[in-house]
Amino acid sequence: MPNLRFTEKALSDWMLGNANDSDIAISSRVRVARNLQQLPFPLVATNEQSIEVLELLTDMDKYDDLQSFGTFYMLNLNDISSLDKKVLVEKHLISPSLADESHYGAVILSEDESISIMVNEEDHLRIQCLYPGFQVRDAWEKATAIDDIFEAHIDYAFDDTRGYLTSCPTNVGTGLRASVMMHLPALVMTQQINRILSAVSQVGLTVRGIYGEGSEAVGNIFQISNQITLGQTENEIIENLHSVVLQIIEHEKNARDRLLNESKLRMTDRVKRSYGILSYAEIIDSKEAAQRLSDVRLGVDLGIIDGPSTPIMNELNVMTQPGFLQKTFGEIMGNEERDVYRAKLIREKLGSIKV
Amino acid sequence: MHCQECGTRQATLHFTKFVNGEKTEFHICESCAREKGEIVPGTSGGFSIHSLLSGLIDFDTASKVQSGASKAAQPLHCEKCGMTYTQFSKAGRFGCSSCYEYFNDRLNPLFKKVHGSITHVGKIPKRGGGQIQVKRQLDDLKSELQQRIVQEEFEEAAMLRDQIRELEKGLSE
Repeated sequence: MPNLRFTEKALSDWMLGNANDSDIAISSRVRVARNLQQLPFPLVATNEQSIEVLELLTDMDKYDDLQSFGTFYMLNLNDISSLDKKVLVEKHLISPSLADESHYGAVILSEDESISIMVNEEDHLRIQCLYPGFQVRDAWEKATAIDDIFEAHIDYAFDDTRGYLTSCPTNVGTGLRASVMMHLPALVMTQQINRILSAVSQVGLTVRGIYGEGSEAVGNIFQISNQITLGQTENEIIENLHSVVLQIIEHEKNARDRLLNESKLRMTDRVKRSYGILSYAEIIDSKEAAQRLSDVRLGVDLGIIDGPSTPIMNELNVMTQPGFLQKTFGEIMGNEERDVYRAKLIREKLGSIKV
Repeated sequence: MHCQECGTRQATLHFTKFVNGEKTEFHICESCAREKGEIVPGTSGGFSIHSLLSGLIDFDTASKVQSGASKAAQPLHCEKCGMTYTQFSKAGRFGCSSCYEYFNDRLNPLFKKVHGSITHVGKIPKRGGGQIQVKRQLDDLKSELQQRIVQEEFEEAAMLRDQIRELEKGLSE
């Protein structure tokens, strides 16, 4: 069994870093998709070919320049329990597709979990860099530097006109997906969110739920990312996302100010009610937990209540996920049981701090 | 809350459907949802970007071209990995990097729809990408040259022409 330090704690070390605007933009992420020129993509590769890809891309002696970014650990997906896989997905360290569908999949993780290099996902290589708050530019700088380290040793599938060739046509060109996770409760409450989200889709960006493609936006958390990967330079993509996110932050701030000015009592009531429920409930489902946690997070941001701190809120978001709950309480749970344990965990976490 | 269908299991899926502007909500468990053929997000069989894509990939042209060809001819496929164009249009994913060459004639409309563009302008691998970098620079210089000529700025144009010759010499060597 490999060292699974990565599934013990809910909060990655990188999330503890200080960042601007981290009350609204929770985290930033960049991933680049790359493939080896000589081998077929994972979808159609034979077992032998997948093993070859795995060996080529996880030879850490060859990529020793990676050490400048920290200490790395390699995990073979075949060696990990399905529960640990689930936790890694909940922490955004691997994609659901790597967890469930890959053959000879692996992930190379940096110690602070800010870098995740996936092998044999939909593409041979996916380099992902995570940052707290709104730091999408830094995330790109790091991802492209890591890309260069791999590129020095392997021939990428690259075409003069099409750019980096990827398994899915939606990634071709730059292979770049940059995204910012945003907490937008005031825009949801003031019913401006749909207008803003549809505007976002007009400028080559897309909005998803917290766990990516196909997931619902729970707890007012939205993921804004670029849709277009071909015909724009990486800098254009990053700057486009950057400026749109900046504007959304501005809109959210304005909406928060207005809520506070026009209905302070109602807001205070809502925040404190949610805090009360989280502090005392015996049964809570994931949807309600996410909504209540969103209220409390907003309450902290607006100074209505003093705590819990942002790291604790981020930690609770991951800790209340099904996989992590099971990991914590060590039992196979049904949905109802899970709701009981979720409530218990939140009570304990909030009980340990005085607000 | 119990599942509306079986009444025994816990309802874990909460749907809101809009049909012709009419809103209906229902709450069911995962197994009933599957039986009813509902799409369960985040699980296999769910609606994915690939199923959406395969709708964009032009099926009709593919079959028309094929029926026009002689019957003995093989359907359009990638000679390296063997994936046929039909398989690609169903899976929404390529089999290998060579698929891009073999399906090249069909890809422009798809890329246009998905990305609004058909040509990469971003990062180039340092190794093996040197030539491409020079070519891209040449293209830029040539279009600038055209502009200068149109604007009758012949001195600048001459300088650009020399630069282009220099680069082209390097490229052919």
